[in-house]
Amino acid sequence: MEAVKKSWVHRWKKMLKRDFHLILLCVPALIFIFIFDYGPMYGIQMAFKDYNSRRGIWGSEWVGFEHFIRFFNSPDFWSILKNTLWLSLYGLLASFPFPIFLAILVNQVTRTKFKKTVQMVLYAPHFISVVVLCGMLNVFLSPSTGIVNNLLASVGMERIFFLGKASLFDDVFVWSGVWQNSGWGMIIYLAALTSIDPELYEAARIDGANKVRLILHIEIPQILPTIVIMLIMSVGRFMNIGFQKAFLLQNTMNLQKSEIISTYIYRMGMLSQQFDFSTAVGLFNNIVNIILLVIVNTISKKLNETSLF
Amino acid sequence: MSAGTAKVTSNRIKESRDNLLFDIFVYTFLTIALIVVLYPLYFVVIASFSDPYMVLRGDVIWYPKGITFGSYEKIFQNADIWIGYVNSIKYTVVGTLLNVVLTVFLAYPLSRSYFCLRKPFTLIVLVTMYFGGGMIPTYILVNKLGLRNTMGSLIFVGAVSAYNVIIARTFFQSNIPSELEEAAEIDGCTKGRFFFSFVPQLSKSIVAVLSLYYAVGHWNDYMKGLLYIDKREMYPLQLILRGILMEGQGLANDFADVDEIEAKLKLAESLKYGVIIVAVIPPLLLYPFIQRYFIKGVMIGSLKG
Repeated sequence: MEAVKKSWVHRWKKMLKRDFHLILLCVPALIFIFIFDYGPMYGIQMAFKDYNSRRGIWGSEWVGFEHFIRFFNSPDFWSILKNTLWLSLYGLLASFPFPIFLAILVNQVTRTKFKKTVQMVLYAPHFISVVVLCGMLNVFLSPSTGIVNNLLASVGMERIFFLGKASLFDDVFVWSGVWQNSGWGMIIYLAALTSIDPELYEAARIDGANKVRLILHIEIPQILPTIVIMLIMSVGRFMNIGFQKAFLLQNTMNLQKSEIISTYIYRMGMLSQQFDFSTAVGLFNNIVNIILLVIVNTISKKLNETSLF
Repeated sequence: MSAGTAKVTSNRIKESRDNLLFDIFVYTFLTIALIVVLYPLYFVVIASFSDPYMVLRGDVIWYPKGITFGSYEKIFQNADIWIGYVNSIKYTVVGTLLNVVLTVFLAYPLSRSYFCLRKPFTLIVLVTMYFGGGMIPTYILVNKLGLRNTMGSLIFVGAVSAYNVIIARTFFQSNIPSELEEAAEIDGCTKGRFFFSFVPQLSKSIVAVLSLYYAVGHWNDYMKGLLYIDKREMYPLQLILRGILMEGQGLANDFADVDEIEAKLKLAESLKYGVIIVAVIPPLLLYPFIQRYFIKGVMIGSLKG
C-alpha cells in the first residue's frame, strides 16, 4: 500500500517536473481567471445575506432565501420574467432559421464574384457596436425626422413612434438583431455545407434529383448535427439576451415591455444600490440558464448523439 | 426504347427548368438580402454629407442632396468625440495585447496531449463559460481592488475569454501536433526555444484571429465603461456615442448660431449620421483585410465547441 502511494507521488512529481514549463505558461492567465472570473463567484453569497458595505461580504448577516422570496413576490417579477422569456423566444424563433436559409442559398451561387460580395456585405453588420446599432435605430425610427416615418408619411400613412410604443419594442429589438447577425450566423453552416462529401451529390444526380431535392434530401440532413449544436448553444444563452441593447433602447414609455432580468439587475444594483438583492436575481438567472442548457443537451444526446458535453 | 429515351429527355428538360427557376429564386432572394443589409448603411453615408434639412424632411433617399461637409466640421470640433477616440484606441491596443498574450500562453499547454494538468486546467476555463459571479459581485470586486476609473477595470475584467482559449487550443492541436515538438526535441531543440521561436512562426493566423476578436470587443464595448468609469475624460468612445446618439447630448450646443430650439434639435439630429460614420471608420478600414481571419476563427471554433 505504502509502495503504491509512494510510486504515485513519485510519478506525479516527475510529471510536474517534466511539464513545469507548461505550467509556468498557464500561470498568468490562470491568475486573471481566478481573480476576475472566480473572484466574483465569492460575492454570490451576498444573494443569501443582508449586505452591509462596512461589514463586507463575509461579515454580513445571513438571511437565507429572503431576497429570492422578495423577488418572486415583487409586482414586477412576472412582467420581467415574461418580457425576458418572450424576447428570448421571439428572438430565437426569428433569428435561428435565417442563417441556415441564407447559407443554403449562398452555397448554391456559382458566380464567385457575387458570392464574395454577398458574404462580405452580410457579415459587415456584425461588427457594428450595440451603441451604434441603437443609434441608427434611434435616428431611422425618429417620429418626426427619421427616414422610416418620412417614407410612411409620403405614402399617406400615419407616423409611428416605434421606440415610444411598448407594443412595438419586441419587434424592433428582434428584427434589428436579425438584420445584424443573420449573415454572420451563416458562416458556420456554410462551413458545414462545403464539407459534404461530393459523392453524395453525384449519386443523387444520377437518380435525377434536381437542386431543390438535393437540398432537402442531402444538404439539410448533412448539416443537421451543426444545426442541433447551434440550437443547444442558443437555448443555453436563452435568458442571457443582451443587456446592452435592451438597456440602450429602453425608455420610460416602453419600460413595461423592455424591462428584462439583466436591465432589472442593473437598475436594482447600480442605481438603487441593492447589491444583495440584485445578486440574488442574477444568480436566479444563471441557474435557470444552466438548467436549460443541461435539459436541451440531454434531449439532443438521446435524439441523435450530438451534444455539447 | 425510343419512348424510354423520350421520357428521360423530358425529365431532363423538366429538371433543368426546375433548376433554372430555383436559380432565379436564389439570385433574387440574395439580391434582396443584399439591399436590406446594405441600404441602412448606405443611407447613413449619404445622409451624413447631405443638406441636414433635406435629410430631415425625407428628400434624401437614393443619393446625397445639397452636399455639405458641415456636420463633419462640427464633429471634428467636438472635443468629447476626440477624447473618446483616443481613449478607445489606447484601451483597444493595450487590452488586446494583454488578451492575446494570456490566451496564447494558456491555450498552448492545454493543446499538448501529454500535459499532466490539461484536464483540470481546461475544466477551470470551461466553467467560466457557463457560470460567473454576475454584474454586481464583479463590480464590488473591481471597487475593492481599486480599479474603478482606471484602465485596469476595462482590460482586466474578462481578460481571458474561455471561448477564445478553446479556439486557440483547437488551432494548436491541429497545426502544431505534439509529435512535431518531440521531433524538434530529438533534434536538440529545448522546449523553451520551441515555444518562443517555432510556435510564433506557426501561429500567425491564430494570433491574427484572436487579436481581431479581442480588438473588436474592446472597440465596441460600452458596458464596462458604463459600470466602472465615471470620469468623463476617461470615457471610451462608445460611452460618448451613447450620450450623443441616444440622448442627443451636447450636440444642440454646437449650434449656438441658430436661435430656435427646435431648429437646434433638428440640426443636432442630423449630426448623428456623421457621428455614426466617424465611429465605424476604424473597424471598417480594417474590415476587408480582416474578413478572412474572422471566418477562419469561426471555422476553427466550429470544429469542437
